[in-house]
Amino acid sequence: MGQFIVRRLLQAVGILFLLSILFFILVNLAPGGPLAGYGGARHLPPEQAVILRKQLGLDKPLPVQYVIWLAGNDWMRVDQSAVASGTSYGTRRGILRGDFGFSFQTRQPVLTVISERLPNTLYLMVATLLVALAIAIPAGILSAVRQYSFFDISVTTFSFAGQAIPDFWLGLILIIIFYAWLKNPVTGDSLLPSGGILTIGVPFSLLDALQHLILPLATGALGWVAWYSRFLRSSMLDVIHQDYLRTARAKGLSERVVIYKHALRNALIPLVTLFALDLPYIFSGAVFIETIFAWPGMGRLYYQAALQRDYPVLLAILIIGAGFILLSNLLADILYAVLDPRIRYS
Amino acid sequence: MIKQLDLKTSVGKTKIGPKSQDTGFQSKIWKRFSRHPGAMIGTIVFTVLVLAVLLGSLSPYSAVNSNVLERLQSPSWHHLMGTDALGRDLLTRILYGGRISLAVGMMVVVITLFIGVAFGAVAGYAGGWIDNVLMRITDAALTLPSLLVLILISSILREIEMPFFEKNNVVTIAVVIGLLSWMTFARLVRAAFLTLREMDYVTAARGLGASHLRVVLAHILPNAVGPIIVESTLQLGYAIIEESGLSFLGFGIQQPTPSWGNLLSNAQENFIKYPWLAIFPGVMIFLAIISVNYIGDGLRDAFDPYKVLSKVGEV
Repeated sequence: MGQFIVRRLLQAVGILFLLSILFFILVNLAPGGPLAGYGGARHLPPEQAVILRKQLGLDKPLPVQYVIWLAGNDWMRVDQSAVASGTSYGTRRGILRGDFGFSFQTRQPVLTVISERLPNTLYLMVATLLVALAIAIPAGILSAVRQYSFFDISVTTFSFAGQAIPDFWLGLILIIIFYAWLKNPVTGDSLLPSGGILTIGVPFSLLDALQHLILPLATGALGWVAWYSRFLRSSMLDVIHQDYLRTARAKGLSERVVIYKHALRNALIPLVTLFALDLPYIFSGAVFIETIFAWPGMGRLYYQAALQRDYPVLLAILIIGAGFILLSNLLADILYAVLDPRIRYS
Repeated sequence: MIKQLDLKTSVGKTKIGPKSQDTGFQSKIWKRFSRHPGAMIGTIVFTVLVLAVLLGSLSPYSAVNSNVLERLQSPSWHHLMGTDALGRDLLTRILYGGRISLAVGMMVVVITLFIGVAFGAVAGYAGGWIDNVLMRITDAALTLPSLLVLILISSILREIEMPFFEKNNVVTIAVVIGLLSWMTFARLVRAAFLTLREMDYVTAARGLGASHLRVVLAHILPNAVGPIIVESTLQLGYAIIEESGLSFLGFGIQQPTPSWGNLLSNAQENFIKYPWLAIFPGVMIFLAIISVNYIGDGLRDAFDPYKVLSKVGEV
């Protein structure tokens, strides 16, 4: 197992390296370069553009820019004529040493920008996934235990529908219903806010936070509930008809113990690994939901960075996102082996 | 795993035996498919959608020309789905947009089929280091944060002038989505080829002097067609949702060409006052995807040799 993990980690490093080159090339393919979207001003005066180009290090050939992005430039002499006279060592340390550079838009370090947004995404995604699991697990179990019952057919139909409803549409519909149509009977305002994470300019209250959370959470949770309940139902059905359950029943165990102790434990194994595979979403967020509900999280940050050509931010989110995917794939494999002793990696 | 499950769970309820007359493989598949209520309804809904979209040009209204006098009218007998901010009939735009969305979806299926089957067939048939290299590439492609990469590439492409790939037209979007979603096909086809290539009939075909290409195309591929068809329908659903998502963000099909996604995106500006603008395009996306998914579900059951007929669509 140890060997397996080490080998997979080494592979992951290799893949990440290749992806870093791919992402760097992709991002730089845009015509006009990052200055075309700089500061919202599409047409900088040419002399300013030259200075800016130098300041941002965009005057160098792409391979050099890549090396600086990857490994920094504090080990080589850099022409500083844009800011001061003469040459000196650079200040970039490169992503290998945790320096993701500065956002072209806000001039803040990329990691600062991300650390401002990440908690919001974590908050939304963790809440969404917890609610989704809390609904999907009982629904999946019951639906499998009472296969072909009315409840089962409802759950199956619901999960088909839930997977076919695009979240960007559901979000709009929920806003129409809960913001535009339904009114709060006491105050006469809209029942729920249409976006944002908290009401601005009002002291924090839990109720306000919850009101802002409900719609984005519901929008996101629907798809997850559909997906997880359907998955758990089929893995539960897979287990329910196995011989060891017949044995358990023959021993005289109650149906409750048979289902919840013997069957559920094995049926949850695939769900746990599936859940591990979905963990990267907790980092990268939900682009559509955050865009619709003006939620200041990672997904919206990425969307805005793509619009504004904020290369350092785009690159950071892409590479960290890919890293999370690789790690969660490994985690899923490890969990699978830990939970199911029949599986051994050589 | 799922196949096994069907076998085991439905065994108690089945009537195998005299009732099942052997009238050939294809009619058997059709029979199984036609007994899956979801799949049948899905087929009907999807057929109606396709026909409606194709007949969209019969509409008396234009999909692109604005008509200021009829701005933002709510649904009525004249405009069944109302009109948009430029006075264009929403139903007409939805029908034309459906052509775009469905065309992108089908092109994505063709592209992913082409890449995925080629990758999977070569890897599975050749084995050895070729298999290893191709599958590592597939693994690497699977680690891409695909939505993020999709947004990035399409945001770049919408500003590049190229022959065939200009300004995010149907082909561009389909190619971009296709390049990011062929991996399931590759794995699926490889798995099928790994088992099939060991079969005696393949050895026999080789022994009779058939070339590798002939063995792959004429002998192995037809036997892997079931899972490929099932996956194609699922892929169609994904592609439709991805195109509409991209267009919703403004990175997909560009105005004034309508697509279901950019109609929704357009609606965003004033959908609270004019909710029909947001409701109808989404209903179309929903209907298209759910019908395609049910068709896929029915096909999965129909092609599953272990599956026995039951009343409810299995997961």
